[in-house]
Amino acid sequence: MSPIAELVGVSKRFPGVLALDNVSITLARGEVHALVGENGAGKSTLIKLLTGVYTPDAGEIRYAGRPVSFRRPLDAQAAGISTIYQEVNLLPRMSVASNLYLGREPRGRFGLIDHRRMYADAAALLSQYGIDVDVRAPLQSLGLGAQQMVALARAVSVDARVVIMDEPTSSLEPREVDTLFRVVRDLRGQGVAIMYVSHRLDELYRICDRVTVLRDGRVVHTGPLAELDRLRLVSLMLGRDVAEVRRHGLTRFSESHTAAAGEPVLRVRDLTRRHVLSGVSFDVRPGEVTGLGGLLGSGRSETAKAIVGALPVERGEVTVAGRRLRRLSPAAAIRAGISLLPEDRKAEGIIPELSVRENIVLAAMPRLSRVGVVSRAQQDRVVDLFMKRLRIKAASPDQKVSELSGGNQQKVLLARWLCLNPKVLLLDEPTRGIDVGAKAEVQQLIDDLAQEGLAVVLISSDLEELVEGADRIVVLHAGAVVDELAGDDVSESHLMAAVAHDGEAPE
Amino acid sequence: MADTHPAPTATPGRTERAAALVQRHGALAVLLLGAAVATGAFPSFGTLDNTHNIAIQSSFLAIVALGMTFVIISGGIDLSVGSVFALGGVLAAYASRWGLLPALLLPLAVCGLIGAVNGVLVARTRMPAFIVTLAGLLGARGLLLAITHEGSDTFLVPKGSAFATLGQGTLVGFGYPVYIALAVFGLGGLVLRRTRTGQSLFAVGGSEDAASLMGLPVARIKITVYLLSGLLAGLAGALNAARLSSGVTILGVGLELDAIAAVVIGGTLLVGGAGTLSGTLCGVLLLGVIQNVINQIGSLNSSYQSVVSGAFLIVVVVAQTYLGRTQRIR
Amino acid sequence: MTDLAATTSTAAPVADRRHIARYLPGYGVYAAVAALLAFNAAFTDHFLTVGNLRTQLIQVAPVVIVALGMALVIGTEGVDLSVGSVMALAAAVLPLYLGYGAVPAIAVALVAGVAVGAVNGALVAVVGLQPIVATLALFVGGRGLALVLADGQLKQLHNAALLAIGSDDVLGVPAVVLIAAALAVAVGFVVRGTTFGRQLVAIGGNRVASQLAGLPVRRVLCCTYIACGVFAALAGVLATARLNASDPSALGNLMELSAITAVVVGGTPLSGGRVRVLGTVVGALLMQLVRATLIKHDLPDSTAQMAQAVIILVAVYVARERKSR
Repeated sequence: MSPIAELVGVSKRFPGVLALDNVSITLARGEVHALVGENGAGKSTLIKLLTGVYTPDAGEIRYAGRPVSFRRPLDAQAAGISTIYQEVNLLPRMSVASNLYLGREPRGRFGLIDHRRMYADAAALLSQYGIDVDVRAPLQSLGLGAQQMVALARAVSVDARVVIMDEPTSSLEPREVDTLFRVVRDLRGQGVAIMYVSHRLDELYRICDRVTVLRDGRVVHTGPLAELDRLRLVSLMLGRDVAEVRRHGLTRFSESHTAAAGEPVLRVRDLTRRHVLSGVSFDVRPGEVTGLGGLLGSGRSETAKAIVGALPVERGEVTVAGRRLRRLSPAAAIRAGISLLPEDRKAEGIIPELSVRENIVLAAMPRLSRVGVVSRAQQDRVVDLFMKRLRIKAASPDQKVSELSGGNQQKVLLARWLCLNPKVLLLDEPTRGIDVGAKAEVQQLIDDLAQEGLAVVLISSDLEELVEGADRIVVLHAGAVVDELAGDDVSESHLMAAVAHDGEAPE
Repeated sequence: MADTHPAPTATPGRTERAAALVQRHGALAVLLLGAAVATGAFPSFGTLDNTHNIAIQSSFLAIVALGMTFVIISGGIDLSVGSVFALGGVLAAYASRWGLLPALLLPLAVCGLIGAVNGVLVARTRMPAFIVTLAGLLGARGLLLAITHEGSDTFLVPKGSAFATLGQGTLVGFGYPVYIALAVFGLGGLVLRRTRTGQSLFAVGGSEDAASLMGLPVARIKITVYLLSGLLAGLAGALNAARLSSGVTILGVGLELDAIAAVVIGGTLLVGGAGTLSGTLCGVLLLGVIQNVINQIGSLNSSYQSVVSGAFLIVVVVAQTYLGRTQRIR
Repeated sequence: MTDLAATTSTAAPVADRRHIARYLPGYGVYAAVAALLAFNAAFTDHFLTVGNLRTQLIQVAPVVIVALGMALVIGTEGVDLSVGSVMALAAAVLPLYLGYGAVPAIAVALVAGVAVGAVNGALVAVVGLQPIVATLALFVGGRGLALVLADGQLKQLHNAALLAIGSDDVLGVPAVVLIAAALAVAVGFVVRGTTFGRQLVAIGGNRVASQLAGLPVRRVLCCTYIACGVFAALAGVLATARLNASDPSALGNLMELSAITAVVVGGTPLSGGRVRVLGTVVGALLMQLVRATLIKHDLPDSTAQMAQAVIILVAVYVARERKSR
C-alpha cells in the first residue's frame, strides 16, 4: 500500500499546551485508518493540520509524496483532502442539491447555473449512496443520517483522495450506519484513503484496517487493528499501557470512605434525551465518591449536565435529599444543593475578565450581599477562606482569573461551588489540563470532601483517578447505564472490561 | 445494543410546511389583502394614476432594498445606504451639467467605493457590520455636506437634459425609474438564483464556517455584497435626483430603516442565509401602499408609516424566530 | 506536599508588548482628552474659559446619560439602537402631560423609556433575538410614534419648573451637568458594588458560565435594557428642557451612534464582559471636545462628522484586537 498523506515528526503548540508532540502518521491509499484517543489527546489538532486549518510548528506534511503546506482549508480541499464533521457542516436551509454542488454548480449558457442538470446530477449521485430524496428540498427536511450522507457525497465527489471522517456515526441509526459503511468500503475499493475517527469500538473493528492511538499529543501505537484486542486498545487509549504503568498510589485518594452509608442524597431516575441519554438512573450517597465511567461520548458529561438542568431532557427526575426537583434548571439545582463543576473550564466555567474574588463568589453573590449591595467584608471572608483552603495561588484576590494557571483556575471554580455549601458536588474532569501538583491537591480535596460527608460524583477519563477516587463506578455506554462496579470490582481491569464491552453491552 | 432511538422524522410535518409557506408568501398575501381593502375603502386608491404614483414612489426604495437584501442574506447589515443615497443624488445632480453618462458614473463610482470600503472593513477586520456601516453613514453624510458647502449649495439638473428625462419620462404611464427598478430586480434575481456568487451568498449567510469549509471565498463575497449595496444606493439616489431635478441634501435620513423593514417584511431572515427578492419587492410595495393609504386618509400624520413599519418588524422577526424553531428538525 | 505545591506556579505576568495593547484601549481616551485640552489651551482662543467649559459640559450631558445606559447594555454583549428614538418619544410625551405639572409629565416620559426598554429586553432575553435586530424595530417605530404623538410639530414649552431644570444652576453648576454626574456616580456604584452590576458583567463575560452558575440571566438582561431606556428618556427630557421646545423629529438623531462611540472610545469592548463608567464619561467628553475644537478652528460640521466616523472605526478596531483570544 502506497502512502498518500503523511505527517512526519509534526508538533503543534498552543499557549500553555503542546497539543501534538513529534507525531508521525501515514495514510495509505485504499485503507481505512482509525484514529483514536481520549479528549485532549490531539485528534482534532491532527485533523486540523491535515485539512489546512492549522499549520505545524515543526515537522512536515507530505501529500502524494511531496511536502506541502496548506495555508487554508481551501488548499487542502483543492489537493483532494475532504473532511466530514461530527456536526453536519452544511447549510440546512439550502437545497440538498445546492449543498452538494455549492461553489462548483454545473453551468450552462452565459455561465448561469443549470439547475436542471444540477438536480439530475445530485439525484444520480445520491442514488449511488442508496439515498432517494427530493434534491430540491431544503437539507434540514432530511434526517440526520441522510444529511451525513450528503456531506459524505459532497466530500467524495470533489475528487477526494483522502477523506477524514470525524465521528460520522454519532447521530446515525444502525441502518444508516450500515449504508455509511457500505459507501466507505466502496471508497476503499476505489483507492481512497479514509481516516476514521470514532469512539465506538465495534465500529472501528467493523470497518478499519489500521489504527493509530494518540494520547497526550503523542502516538502511542500504530498498526493493524486486527492484531489488537479490545481490552488492549482501551488500555492504550486510557494510558494504562503495561510499559507505562506508573507507580501505584500516585493519586491522593485514600482507600475508601467508610462514611458512605445511609440514604442516598441524590437520586437520578430515567434521564432520557434522544440520541444522548436513555434512561440513566443511579443513586449517590453522602460521604461517597460515585464515579461515572465510560468512554468519551458515552454520556458522562451529558448526565451531569442533565442533572443540573443545563441539558434539557425529555424524561427523568432528580431527587435531592428526598425532595424531587420540579423543574430542572441550574438555578433550581443550586438552590436544592447540587453543584456542577463543568467540563470545559474556559467556555463554561471562568469569566475571564473578572477577578479571582468575583469568580469565586459568582454563584453565591446573592447570599453574600444585603439588599442587592455587595458586602465586601462577607466576600473577603469567604474568598479568603477558600483561597487558603484550596491553596489558590494568585497575586491577590483582585487578580484577573484569566492570568492564573489552569490548576489555579480550576481551584477557583471549585471554590465557587464549595462556597455554596452544596449537598452534592458533580465534578466533570476536575483534573484535566492541570499540572501534577494541582492535580494531587484537587484529588486530596475530593477525598476530604467525601470524608466530611459530601456526596461527590466524579467524571474522569483518567482511569487511575476514577478507580482510586471512586468508591463505586456507574459505567455508561451510548447514553445508558451498562454496569455498576462496587467494592473489590472497582479496579482498572474490571473498569476496562466494562468500558470495552462495546457492542455487547446488555440492554 | 443501545441504538434503540426512534428514527428521526424524515418528512416535514404539516406545521412545518405551513411555517415555510407563511415565511415565503406572507408578505405577498398581506400586500394583496392591504391593496384590496384600500381599493374598497378609498375610491381614489385603485385608480391608474394612483397606481403609477405608488410604483414610482416605491422604485427608489426598491433599488436600495435590493442591495440591502443581498447584504442581509449574506448575514450582514448596511446602515449607510440612507446617506449614500443622498450622496448619490447630490453627486449626480452635480455631474449632470456634463451629460447623462457622468451624471450616472460619478455617483456610482463614489458610492461603490464607499460600499467597497464598508465591505473590506467588515470582511477583513471582523468588526461588527453595524458599527462599520454606522461609521459609513456618518462619513457619507459628512462627505455630502463637504461637497455642498455644509448643505448650502443645491445642484440643479439642467432642464430637458437626458438625465432629467431618465427620472421624469414615462412609458405607458409608469416612470422610467419603475422600469429601471424592475430591470435591476430581474438582474439581481438572476445573479442570486443562477450564479455561483449568488448561491454563495446564501451559504455565507447560512453559516460562515460551513461556507469557508466548503472552500467558498467568504471575504470576497462579503466585499462584493457591500459594494453592490453601495452601488445600488447610489443609483437610486441618482435617479431620485433626476426625478426631482436637483440633488436634495436632506434626503435619505432613515431610508436604511425603510429598506431593512421592507427586506425583513419580505421574509428575508435578518440572521442571514435565506431570503427572496420577490419578497423584498412585496415588502417595498406594502410599505408604499401603507404610505399611500396614510396620505389618502389625509388627517393622519405621515409618521404612522414608521410606526407601522416598526410594528411589522417586531411581528415578522418574532414570527420568524418561532417559525424557524418549528422548522428546525432535531 | 510542599514540593508538589511548589510546582504549581502562578501564571507569569503578561509580556510588555501586550501591556501596551491592553492599556491603549483602556486608558488611551484619558490621554487623548488631556492632549486635546492642552492643544486647545495653546492654540484656541477663549477655550479654557469658564463660559466655554460650561457650554461644552451642558452640551455633552445628555450624551453622557445615554452613553451610561448604553455602556450597561454593551457590557452584556448587547447593543441598543433605539436610544435616539426613545429620546424623541420622551420629548413628544412631555408636552402632552405638562398640564398636570412638570413632575407627572417627566414621570410619564420616563415610563415611556421603561416601556421601550422592556420590549427590547423581552425580545433579547425571552425571544432570544440578536440585540441589533431586537432594538432595530423600536429604532424605526419609536421615532414614528413620537412624531405621531407630537403630530410632527415642534412645540414651544412654557412650564417654568421644567425649563428650570434645563437652564438653572445649582451651586454654580448647571443642573443638567449635576444630574449627569450624579447618574455616572450611581451607575459606577451599581456596576461595582451591587449584585445586579456584577451579574451583568459576568453575563456579558461568559453567558454560558453565568447560566450554569445559576444567575438570573433573563432578569438581568431585561433590567439592563429597561435601565438603558429610562436613561435615554431622561436624556430626552433634559435636552427638551434645555431647548425650551419639544422637537421629536430632530432630537436624538444619531444619538445611538454618539453613545456607542462614547462607550467604545472609553474602553468598554463591544464584546461585553466589562463596563467602564468613567471611561464612558470621558469618551463622551472626548467626542464633544473633538467637535468643539474643529468648530472653533472654523472647520465645518462635515469634517467633524467624518472625523467622528474615523474615530469610531479606530476605537472599535483597537478594542477588537484585544479581545481576540
